[in-house]
Amino acid sequence: MTDGRLGRREFLGSSALVAGTALAGCAGGSGGTTGGSASSSDTIKIGVLEDRSGNFALVGTPKYNASMLAIEEINANGGIDGKQIETFAPDPQSDNQRYKELTRRAIEQEQVDVLWAGYSSATRETIRPTIDRHDQLYFYTTQYEGGVCDHNTFAVGPTARQQLGMVLPYLVDEFGPRIYTIAADYNFGQLSADWVRVLADENDAEVIGEEFIPLSETSFGSTINRIQEADPDFVMSMLVGANHTSFYEQKASSGLDVPIGTSTAMAQGYEHRRLDPPAMANIYAGVNYMEEIPTERNTSNGGFVDRYFEMFPDAPYLNEEAQTNYFSIYMYKQAVEQAGTTNQEEVKAALESGISYPAPEAPEGSEIKLDPETHHVHHHMWAMRADGDHNVEAVDDRVIEEQFLSNTVDCDLTQEDEETQYTPQDYFEEAG
Amino acid sequence: MVNATNLFFQFLDSFAFIVLSAIGLAIIFGMMDVINLAHGEFIMIGAYGTTLAANAGVPLPVAIAVGVAVTMVVGLILERTIIKRLYERPLDSMVATWAVGLALTQGARIVFGNSLSSIGVPFGAITYGEFSYSMYRVLLSGVAALVLVGAYLVFTRTEFGVRARATIQDADTAQAMGVETDRMYTATFVIGSALAGLTGALYAPTMAIVPGMGSSFLVEAFVAVVTGGSSVLLGTTLAGGTLGSINALFSNLYGTFMGKIALLFVAVLILRFLPGGLSGVVTDLRERMERESV
Repeated sequence: MTDGRLGRREFLGSSALVAGTALAGCAGGSGGTTGGSASSSDTIKIGVLEDRSGNFALVGTPKYNASMLAIEEINANGGIDGKQIETFAPDPQSDNQRYKELTRRAIEQEQVDVLWAGYSSATRETIRPTIDRHDQLYFYTTQYEGGVCDHNTFAVGPTARQQLGMVLPYLVDEFGPRIYTIAADYNFGQLSADWVRVLADENDAEVIGEEFIPLSETSFGSTINRIQEADPDFVMSMLVGANHTSFYEQKASSGLDVPIGTSTAMAQGYEHRRLDPPAMANIYAGVNYMEEIPTERNTSNGGFVDRYFEMFPDAPYLNEEAQTNYFSIYMYKQAVEQAGTTNQEEVKAALESGISYPAPEAPEGSEIKLDPETHHVHHHMWAMRADGDHNVEAVDDRVIEEQFLSNTVDCDLTQEDEETQYTPQDYFEEAG
Repeated sequence: MVNATNLFFQFLDSFAFIVLSAIGLAIIFGMMDVINLAHGEFIMIGAYGTTLAANAGVPLPVAIAVGVAVTMVVGLILERTIIKRLYERPLDSMVATWAVGLALTQGARIVFGNSLSSIGVPFGAITYGEFSYSMYRVLLSGVAALVLVGAYLVFTRTEFGVRARATIQDADTAQAMGVETDRMYTATFVIGSALAGLTGALYAPTMAIVPGMGSSFLVEAFVAVVTGGSSVLLGTTLAGGTLGSINALFSNLYGTFMGKIALLFVAVLILRFLPGGLSGVVTDLRERMERESV
């Protein structure tokens, strides 16, 4: 490089170096915090680590917003057991390294009474060891692959088995038994595809093709051709992230009009609002919540949707995870008031006593139940269909219990302390 | 069973994606020795300009022109304020452009939010038997070819092109001959920016419009520049052709994942066995033929 020109290899090497630094380089720095640094006895300190910048900002921001809505409502109504809530809520910036540091800081320095944190399963698995080392009470609120049986973790979002179990049997009835699976090529997508196989078997259907697609992929021409070649009755899509969103535009412009069931599209990243119709036409989402679900608590005047947009008038959408953050903060309130203390072990015991809550996802007169043994929620699930103009309507709904941990694994956290994630491969031949 | 039409369309799609991803980066690196790590963000700006214009009711071709124009202006401002201080300092230019890229991504997020509503893909589908392919994605390969031919003509057949290449070869001598080298550097950088903007503008209808979208072009862009070798346009064309056909063939046979693996594997082989890159092989061949004919 003496002449100032850069060789090809140096160019490559230095590019790789920068890429590596980019991944590691976002460590350090400090997040914002409101309120004092240590929890005092007349307030309750809640840690909320949700992404407002970086890759997951689109889906993380509603989680943060809905948490703030619940906290503000509770504070305005006298707090929890008369104590006001203060928050420790810096932005983890979709960066797992930062999550690790902020989790440690929330527990060790801020001494939060309870923690909500993380969008992706990778984030959850990054911070769970720290959480378990400190026996920190932790709520994970994203819809996920399922199987976490952990004394300290309350995974209160719906699992793959609940979401896919809502939409897959419906599609088999409507369109036929031949299924083609496309899924993001990582932990969540692979396990979701396993669940599609298990559920197909239980519903006398058959998976005739499967493709796992790297998260970086944005070109879906060959995937679309492969689906056309297999000619399935419907497709199950567990694509994830902004890059994969391009699939829906490209399948529409290629004229691929096969019905698609999904546990990932629409409810989280509101693709039906962002993409030009008819990209999402004929897509069926299995969800516990999205802005459009027709319950009294959700859509009535002064309901959940109204309250959310009153506090965040510029927010683009109220997504699935936002509701989970919202109702789980109320479940925590209930547990603290029942226990009469914020002592974390006693609150966990209260949460394991059979808490239920009238969440926006549940129709008038019903409540959703937190399962004491598995720390999961028996959700009221919805099958939501988007039409050619991207109007979304409910086509089916029912309560689907958490089944994998309770029936298959026999996870019972009221009897035994565990910190394990179970996968379907260990239990089902079809998932192998 | 391989369907030949599928394979052909997949090749065109892949070729277009690789060439258009790489061309702006290749020109700025190949002609100016600046490694523009904000390349992805330039693409993002082109896509944002186009999408915002189209959402405001402007017809798509005009919206694409708007996207290109916005990226040119951003490129011009950056060259005048930052890049011009970093010629002859390739490593410093990398750090600086990387920082610019981060600022542009987060800036777009702050100003425009986490996502823009997309504009939809024009032209519909080509249908053949049980299969179909997006007409627009196929047409993009034609645009990619036109861009290559256009860039070739500009840099070889115009006075500007001769001056620009003279500046790159030997700035001092060019200056002594009356070439305003400063202006040549600026113009070359702006052309590179415009082509990155064009890429974003062209792919905007087919993609989710989010601040980080530029990164999805980077693997293809850097791999194509590295495997292409020192001759900018020839290298980009050969890289697009070679990597595009490998990617299409393996995607077709074994799925998207293997398509990507094969592309990267071939790139590694090229780096290992053809140190001059793909264009180096052609250049060597040409020189040898010239020697033999003498």
